[in-house]
Formats: sequence, C-alpha cells, structure tokens
Amino acid sequence: MSMVVLIGLLLVGGIAAWQLERIDANLPRWVALATVTLALLYLVSVIAEIPAESFKLTPDPGDGDSWLLHLKLAWIPRFGISLELAMDGLSLLLVILTLLLGLIAIASSWSEIDFKPGLFQANLLWTLAGVCGVFLAMDLFLFFTFWEVMLIPMYLLIAIWGHENRSYAAMKFFIFTQVSGLLMLLSIVILAWQGVATGGELSFSYFDLLGLHLDGRLAWIAMLGFFLAFTVKLPGFPFHTWLPDAHTQAPTAGSVLLAGILLKTGAYGLLRFCIPLFPEISMQFAPVAMGLGVAGVIYGAVLAFAQSDFKRLVAYSSVSHMGFVLLGLYAWNNLALQGAIMQMVAHGVSTAALFMMAGALQQRLHTRDMTRMGGLWQQAPRMGACAMFFAVASLGLPGLGNFVAEFLVLAGLFAVHPGFTAVAALGLITAAIYALWMMQQTFQGAPDEQRQMDDFHGREMLAMVAMILALLWLGLYPQPVLDLAQPVLDGLHGVVTPGEHLAQTMTAGTGQ
Amino acid sequence: MGGLQIPLEHVLLLAATLFSCGLMGLMLRRNIIFMLMSLEVMLNAAALAFVAAGARWQQADGQIIFLLILSVAAAEVAVGLGLVLQIQRRFKTLDMDQVNRLRG
Amino acid sequence: MTTLWLIPLFPLLSATLLVLSAGRMPRQLAALLGAGSVGLSAICVALVARTYLADGQVQELTLWTWMAVDNFTPRIAFYIDGLTVVMMSVITGVGFLIHLYSIEFLWDDESFCRYFAYMNLFVAAMLLLVMADNLLLLYLGWEGVGACSYLLVGFWYRDPDNGAAARKAFVVTRVGDTAMFLGLLLLYTELGTLDIQPLMAAANSQWQVGDTLPILATALLLGGAVGKSAQLPLHTWLPDAMAGPTPVSALIHAATMVTAGVYLIARNYELFLLAPPTLAAVAWIGLATLLLAGFTALAQHDIKRILAYSTISQIGYMFLALGVGAFASGIFHLMTHAFFKALLFLAAGAVIHCLHHEHNIFRMGGLRRRLPVVFWSFLIGSAALAALPFTSGFYSKDAILLSAWTLPGIGPWLWAGGLLGALLTGIYSFRLVFIVFFGEAHTEPDQQPGWRMSGALIVLCVLSLVGGWFALPLAGVLPDKDHAHVSHAVEFISIGTPLLGLLIAYLLFLGRQVSIASLAESPWGKALQDFWYSGWRIDKLYDALLVQPFKCLAHWWRNEPVDLFYNALVALSRWAHGRLITLQTGELRWYATSLVFGLVLLLAIMLRNAS
Repeated sequence: MSMVVLIGLLLVGGIAAWQLERIDANLPRWVALATVTLALLYLVSVIAEIPAESFKLTPDPGDGDSWLLHLKLAWIPRFGISLELAMDGLSLLLVILTLLLGLIAIASSWSEIDFKPGLFQANLLWTLAGVCGVFLAMDLFLFFTFWEVMLIPMYLLIAIWGHENRSYAAMKFFIFTQVSGLLMLLSIVILAWQGVATGGELSFSYFDLLGLHLDGRLAWIAMLGFFLAFTVKLPGFPFHTWLPDAHTQAPTAGSVLLAGILLKTGAYGLLRFCIPLFPEISMQFAPVAMGLGVAGVIYGAVLAFAQSDFKRLVAYSSVSHMGFVLLGLYAWNNLALQGAIMQMVAHGVSTAALFMMAGALQQRLHTRDMTRMGGLWQQAPRMGACAMFFAVASLGLPGLGNFVAEFLVLAGLFAVHPGFTAVAALGLITAAIYALWMMQQTFQGAPDEQRQMDDFHGREMLAMVAMILALLWLGLYPQPVLDLAQPVLDGLHGVVTPGEHLAQTMTAGTGQ
Repeated sequence: MGGLQIPLEHVLLLAATLFSCGLMGLMLRRNIIFMLMSLEVMLNAAALAFVAAGARWQQADGQIIFLLILSVAAAEVAVGLGLVLQIQRRFKTLDMDQVNRLRG
Repeated sequence: MTTLWLIPLFPLLSATLLVLSAGRMPRQLAALLGAGSVGLSAICVALVARTYLADGQVQELTLWTWMAVDNFTPRIAFYIDGLTVVMMSVITGVGFLIHLYSIEFLWDDESFCRYFAYMNLFVAAMLLLVMADNLLLLYLGWEGVGACSYLLVGFWYRDPDNGAAARKAFVVTRVGDTAMFLGLLLLYTELGTLDIQPLMAAANSQWQVGDTLPILATALLLGGAVGKSAQLPLHTWLPDAMAGPTPVSALIHAATMVTAGVYLIARNYELFLLAPPTLAAVAWIGLATLLLAGFTALAQHDIKRILAYSTISQIGYMFLALGVGAFASGIFHLMTHAFFKALLFLAAGAVIHCLHHEHNIFRMGGLRRRLPVVFWSFLIGSAALAALPFTSGFYSKDAILLSAWTLPGIGPWLWAGGLLGALLTGIYSFRLVFIVFFGEAHTEPDQQPGWRMSGALIVLCVLSLVGGWFALPLAGVLPDKDHAHVSHAVEFISIGTPLLGLLIAYLLFLGRQVSIASLAESPWGKALQDFWYSGWRIDKLYDALLVQPFKCLAHWWRNEPVDLFYNALVALSRWAHGRLITLQTGELRWYATSLVFGLVLLLAIMLRNAS
C-alpha cells in the first residue's frame, strides 16, 4: 500500500498546491517542497521497515513477492488489468533520485515563476507522481498509464511556462513521445493477446508476461515498439531531436526534471521491459542498438560543441551521455549494466546541475546565448566554480560519478565489442572539447565591466553543494548504489542470457 | 385483398424515377429551396418504396417507416427553412455556390 | 604505515579550505596554508623515505574499496616502493619550494587563494598518481593533474588566448589519455585486474615476450605517456601551456606532471619488457622528440617557450633511457631534470617578474650585474641542462647516453642522435644565458627578487649542482643498463659534446666571432629559422588535419541533419494537407454529388463481390 500512498501523496500535493494559489502566491512552492520532503521521509520510513538482509536477496523477475515491496489490486479484472506495483533495488534507487531531483527542481524554480505558480507546482508534482508510477508499475497497462501521466504535465510545463519558442518545442516533445508511446501500447496489447494465444489467461502483469515465447516476426514487432518508445525517451540517436528543443524552451525546473529523471524512464524501460521481455530478439538486436549508442555518443558531443545556446549545449551533452547508457544496456554484462545504472544516477545529478546553472544565468542575464556571455567568473566566482565542477564532471573526470559510470560501461563493452568501445571512447575527447568550450564562452574570457550580476545565493548554493557532494560520493564510493542494483541485475541475468548471440554476430561480422 | 393490383416492380420503378429526379435536382440546382424540395422528393420516393414493399409482403413495417420518414421530413423542412431564412438574411442570396464559407 | 594517507591529504584539505573560503581568506593565511600543507606533506614523505631507506620494505595501505563489481575491485590504496619514494620526494620537495616562490610571485594577484587552491589540488592529484597501487587510481591522479594543469594554464582567464592554451593542453593530453583508458580496459579484460603488482605477475605468466596483446596494451599506455609527457606526436600543447603563471610552468610543465608519462612506463616496465617493439618505439619517439624540440628551441624568442621546448627535449632523453631499458637512469634524469628545470623556470620567472612581464629574450640583456642571484641560478641551471661536467644533469644524461651505446644493434644510432641533442642543448641553453644576461641592457629591472624567491632559487641551485650524487633507492625496483665497460673514447665524446655546444653558443652569441645575423638572413637560413620557429609546422598540420575538419563538421551539423528527416515528414503532411483541403470546397452540391458517387462506387464494389 505504501507505494500507492507515495504516488497519491504527490498527486494530492499537486492539487493542494494548485488550489492554495488562491490564498497566497507564495504558498504553492512551500506546499510542493513540503509534499516532496514528506514523500521522501515517508519513503525512508517505509524502507526502514524492510529488513536489511532483503536488500541483498536476489529478486526473482518472474515473481513479485520476492521483491522488496509488492502490491496487486484488481482494477479491470475483465481484461486482466490490475493495479500492480512492485519495488526492487533498481526502482528504489530511481525513486529516490526522482524525489531528490524533485527537490532540486523546486529549489531551482523558487523565484522564477510568476504566472500561475500554483498550477506550475502542481504540474511539477504530477510529473513526479507519473515518474514514480513508471518506476513502480508492474502491470503493463498501468505502466502505460503512468507513462502518459508523466507526459502531459511535462507538456504543460513547457507549453505554458516555456521560453520564446515554447509551443513548437512542447508540440514536438508531445508528438515524439506520444507516437512512440502508442507504438508501445500496441506492443503491450500484442504481448497480452499472445499470452492468451499460448493458453494463458488475459493478463497485463509483467510477472505473467515475462518468459512468454513469441514467434519470430511478432516478437520483432513487439520488441521494436518497446524499443522505440524507450529510445525516443532516452533519447537515442536518431530519435533525439525533440530533446534540444524541449530543453531549450522548458523552464528551469522543467529542464531539471526532463534531464534528471524523465530521460531515465527510457533507460529504465529498456532495462526492465524491453530486454527481459524479449531476451533473444534483444540480443540479436544488440549490435544495432549499440551502434545507435555509439552514434549518439559522438554525434551528441559534436553537436554540443556546435551550439551557442547554453541549454542546447547541455541538451546535446545529454544525448551523448545517454548513448553510454544504451551501450551499457545492450552490452548486457554485469559491469556494463552497473555502469549504465551508475550513468543514469550520475548524469541525472550532473545535468540537472548544469540546467540549474543555465536557468540561473538566464534569470540574471536574460539570455542563454553564450556569445553574449564571457568573463562571468569575475562577477560570479561561486557560479564559476560550480560550473567548472559540473563541466569537468560532465567530461568524465575520475573521482566524480560520471567517470565511474563511463568506465564501467566501457569496461563491460570492451569484453563484448572492442570496436564499439574504441569509437565510443572518442566521446571522452569530444566531451572535453565541448565542456571546456562552454566554460570558455561563459565564465572565462574578457569580462564585461558594465555587467551587474548577482552571484549564487544561499538557496542556490545549497542545491549546488548538495549535488557536488552527491557526485563526489558517487565518484569515490559508489558501492551503495552498486550494491543496491546488484541483486536486481543478478535476477535479470537469469532471464536474459547474454553474449552468445553477440559473440556469434561478432564472429560472423568479422568473418565475412 | 382484391381491388386493383399494381405490380411491385412498377411502384419501385416509379420510386426510383422519383429518387433520381430528386437526386438530379439536388446535384444540379443551386437554389437552396429547390435543393430542399429535391430532398423532399427523394425522401418521398424512399417512402413510396417502403409502402409498396409493405403492401407486397403484407406487413405493417412499411407504413410505420413511412410515418417515420414523414416526421423526419417535417423536422427537416422546419430546420431547413430556418436555415434558409438565416442564409437569406446573412448572405442576401439563396445560391448555395455562393455560400461556401466552409471552404478549407 | 599509517602516515601514508596524510601525504595527499594535507594538500587536498588545504585546497578544500581555500575553495570554501571563496577568496575571502587573508593572503597571509592562504599562503601559510598553501605552502605549509605541501611542506607538511614533504615532512611526511621524508619520514616515509627514511623508513624505506632503512629497511627497503614496500609499504602498502588500503583505505577503502573504490568499487566492486564482479571481480573488478579497484581500491583506493597506496603502494610505496623506491620509485614512488623518489617521485614523492621530487613532488613535495620541489613542490614546496615552488609554492614558497609563488607566494611572492603572485602576491599582488587578486586570485591568490584560487591559485593556491589549484596548486594544492595539483600536488594532491600528483601524489595520488605516483602512490596509486592500481592503474585506475593512477588514472584518477593522471586526469586530476590534467584538470589542474588546465585550470592553472588558464589561470588568468581574462585573456582568451590563455583559455585556448589551457583547452589545447587538456584536449591534446586527453587524446593520449583516451588511448591509455583503452589500454586499461584491454589489460583488465585480458588479465582480470588493474592492481599493478598482480597485473605484472599475471602478464608475465600469461604472455610471452613479443605477443600481440602486450604490444597492443603497452602501445595504448604509451599513447597516454606520450600525451602527458609532451612527446611526439602529442607534444604541441606544452609550448602553449606556458601561458600559465611561471611557477606553474615550473611545477607542472617541467618538474612533475609532464614526467608522469616516464613514471607510467617505469612503473609498468615489466609489461613493456614483454613488448620489445613498443620499447623500441619509446626509444625512437624519445630520440625524435629530443632532436625536434632541440632544433625548435634554437629559434624561439620567448624565454618560457625556449624552456618549454627544452623540457620536451629532456623528456625525450628520459624516453630514450626507458626505451633502451635503462629505467633507473630515466628516473634519475627525471629527478635531476626536476631540479634544474624548476630552477630555470623559477629564474626565468624572476626575470619576467622583475621586468614587467617581458618574455622576449631580445628585449632583455645585460642582466648579469642587475639581477645577480637570478644570473647565477640561471647559469647553474643552464650548466646542468647542458650537462656540463659535475653538474647533476651531467651524471644523468651521461648515464642515458652510455646506456644507449650499450644497446646492441640500434644502440650507437640512438647514442649518436642523443649526442646531437646534447650539442643542441648546449647551444640553445647558453644562447639563452648569453642573450639574456650578457650584452647590452634593453629593459631595466624595477625590483629585486625577495627572500622567498631567492631562497627557493638558492636551494634549487644546490640541488642542481649536487643532485647527481644522490643514490636513488631504485636498485631492485627498476632494472638498469650496465655501462661500466664502455670504451673511454665514447665516454670522452659524451662529455665533450656539451662543451662544444657551449663553445658554439659563445662564438655565435657572445663572442660574435661568427655572425648569426648573416646566417639567419640567407634564404636557407631564414626558411630554416621560420620552420623551426613554428615548431616544424606541426601545429599548422594538426590544425588543417584535425581542428578545421572537426569545426567544419560541427558547423555543418549545427542545424541538426537528423531533423531533416522529421522536417520532411512535417513537410509531407503539410503537402498532403494542402492537397486534401481542396476537397473541402464548401459547396453543398459538390458534397452531395461526391456522396452519391461514393455510394454508387461502394454499391458497385459490393455487388461485384457478391456475384
């Protein structure tokens, strides 16, 4: 029940924030802050009740009762749809990340929103609720519902509170995710009917559908539906083009949420659904997916360098970083998967921080155009230091979370496919180029002596320091995160047997 | 039943002729009044076919449908004439080729 | 040994405090913290070194397991043997002197705190690099020093040129680092560990000398070493990196960081011994670099650029030593080079400091009497650099040349090349001395170096003179070439060549016996000078081959080519919309007619299907 309470809390908090705007315009953000804090505390209290040793047990992917939390209530029994939520280490990790970044998002939009602040905070909270639902839902129909629930408030955030070109960006975001989401719905239905066709009862439950055997072509179609939905969200090359527009136009909090957690739902979906539901097909498909990952790494980095808009640059850097996630997931060995999960967390933090930086700059300078910045270090050394930190984090400096992630991904990938690894490693060079170029254009260079600019204030600094510490922790002692995810991966390894197909395709590829 | 028996085919032929006349009128006339009248003719043609069919198979359904068509026609005329009045008032014409505001 | 963890901790803590103070810390305190923390580290290193020298026991300390996935368990752990002791001593010892010097050099700079924060962070990262017991932690230090180098080269961030130099330094070394990164992946994948000692053992047991895998792995590691140590073909960043404050050049770009590549190869020498082709490549790269940089140094005007090219050249000697298997000699030269090159840079810094940031040597001159301490420092430094007898550089370079001679086959060639390099070194180092300190004065110094600067210079002078007599605790840690039985003729030639260089420099630049001007004016001379001045046009080559294509690509892709496809979809639906909308004529009769025809068509189809 606790998971329903968690999601319900966020939904209700959203309604409260929306309505309390009438009393006082300052009230909604406090309500939002209180809601997310409360949700976090509640989550902590729920986790505290779970015996510590169960975090070390391997959850059986086919049996929800072996997970940390599992809840199944009837919803539409006629179609085998139920309200089924379950939590394992992976979901827990991502839910915690979601709530923490929710706090950051609220902090980053604290003084930014004047128009309908209540509705803004409500949409923020509903997005969080949708994302939490996505990470917890184990009924595919429910999963799809939450997938849409997180989409619509996000659309509103961009469409209402966005910048100059917001309706275009919001529409693009909506169409990309909606179309791909519908393809996923189709795949879900195919999967459920196939369950009936092979003699089972009609059910949308993940636990029932896992291990279902589909015939060749049908399996390919269903797998591609899932793959497209998740890769668009990730975003993987070449389905990423909605991201730069959406990020550029979204308000700061929207960008933080989008980069920090919404993108992770794509990676989560691949890891939880796409690959385990279609293990054999996915492994046959892996070289293509990894190719897309490598292309994303390089392409994103080159385009990031080409941008003059701060937010666009960071958005393309996300494309580059998420390419590593795709690589890690389809390499499908323990190192690479751990790396991919690590990248989800570390990228969530580092990119959220960079978007917050972009938002802070825009609020102060009323521009995102880096050609009009330069030498900001002089006016705002604290901002400069933070930006430098996150820039080097983004280029993968060892000792920070992103390096651990990239190293693990590439180490895992190397065992499977050295060629892709070598090309992807070029991304480390290109990352250095764009990250340092960003620093040069904004904080370094000749300062404009006329410019008046506030440095970070206490609230912003607090958020930044929290994220700096998080990245240092992830970079120097990532073990808690790895330990949390390891049992989940152990379970998944039982479902998907890696390597063989890859090895075959590899030898076939080199042999020809 | 006795009396003069009109073969069904003849009635249907008449109904078809009437229907075609109405259709031609609908497609060719530009005046909305004539178009409405053509519609009436088509409706009546259909109704005639129903009645004839009802008589042929000795069932009341045909007459019931005739009554239904009659009431539909009445309603249509009521609404149609209201529209005609509005069109006349707004566009100062009853030529439907002129009234093409819904053009895409 | 429990104090081991204190060694990197002091500078790290100091850097943290300096960062947290956000520039508000008083200068005195910042100076105390900045230099003092390195001093404390130096004391700890001295204690560790004393223990090591006493018992020769390797000291190990594990702090925590960095990460553990499957059997991949790199630890944050230290491994201290003779090589590490030497490196730590150089880093903290020379580092402390340079910090002390910096206090005075940067006293008037508004970003005093930031400077010391970066410097301390650098020292901490460099210490981690040499103390690491596994290659991943080494890589952490490796990238950490790279980042600090970037920050310090671009320390005066207002000038975009400095920023460009800093970026160049980082990106070019990053190219090498990425190769090294792949090398680490290869080593882990093949041998299952990155801990250096087990790795060496595994390599020795699994691989034969001359196998493909060790050659590939060492080649990738060599890529990293070449990048960091500014060797061909990745040396181009170092001359530009002189944009940073001069003490930075002394510490990072002369004494410590740029020698990390030498350390890397020496640390993994067992691996390199399994790959003779790579080792030969190390020697040839070293030789090519030392000659190229030597010629380039002859033509430069900027005092720091001359020193930068001489650094590249001297590291070339170290690579040569490593390549011929004289690992200990390479490290020996690393140490003496750290002394005399730090001395030269600091002395150059003093000249620049006293002459209002003047870098061009032709606008200096006659400083011998005006800046006596600096003059003597420079003279001693140059003597050591040119390897004049009985200076520290003499012993180390001589060992390298003789070791090269003893290598069968290509040895004499390497020796001859090295000898030519030594001649060049003699010429360019004394060209510098003669032009800057003799002749007529062009710029008057307006101040004299204070006690901190002079003190650091004097200590380094002593080290540069006597450093050659230090017995490094490398026996048993690193192999070396036995060159006791080299014929006396070879030895005499080796000793005499630098003196010949000195003589040529004297004739050309001080005695004016041979007109340098007429040499430089002749068409060939001019072309050659331009060619050398531009660093053999390698920068231009890279610009045309790599930088411009990358920029073009970025510019070309700037507007998102992938969107062309989606935009085409949009255009297609727009076009279809345009076509289909014409059906919506608004004419009632048209609708009615199409309805009828549609129905008729439908009926026809149905009837046809029915029949």
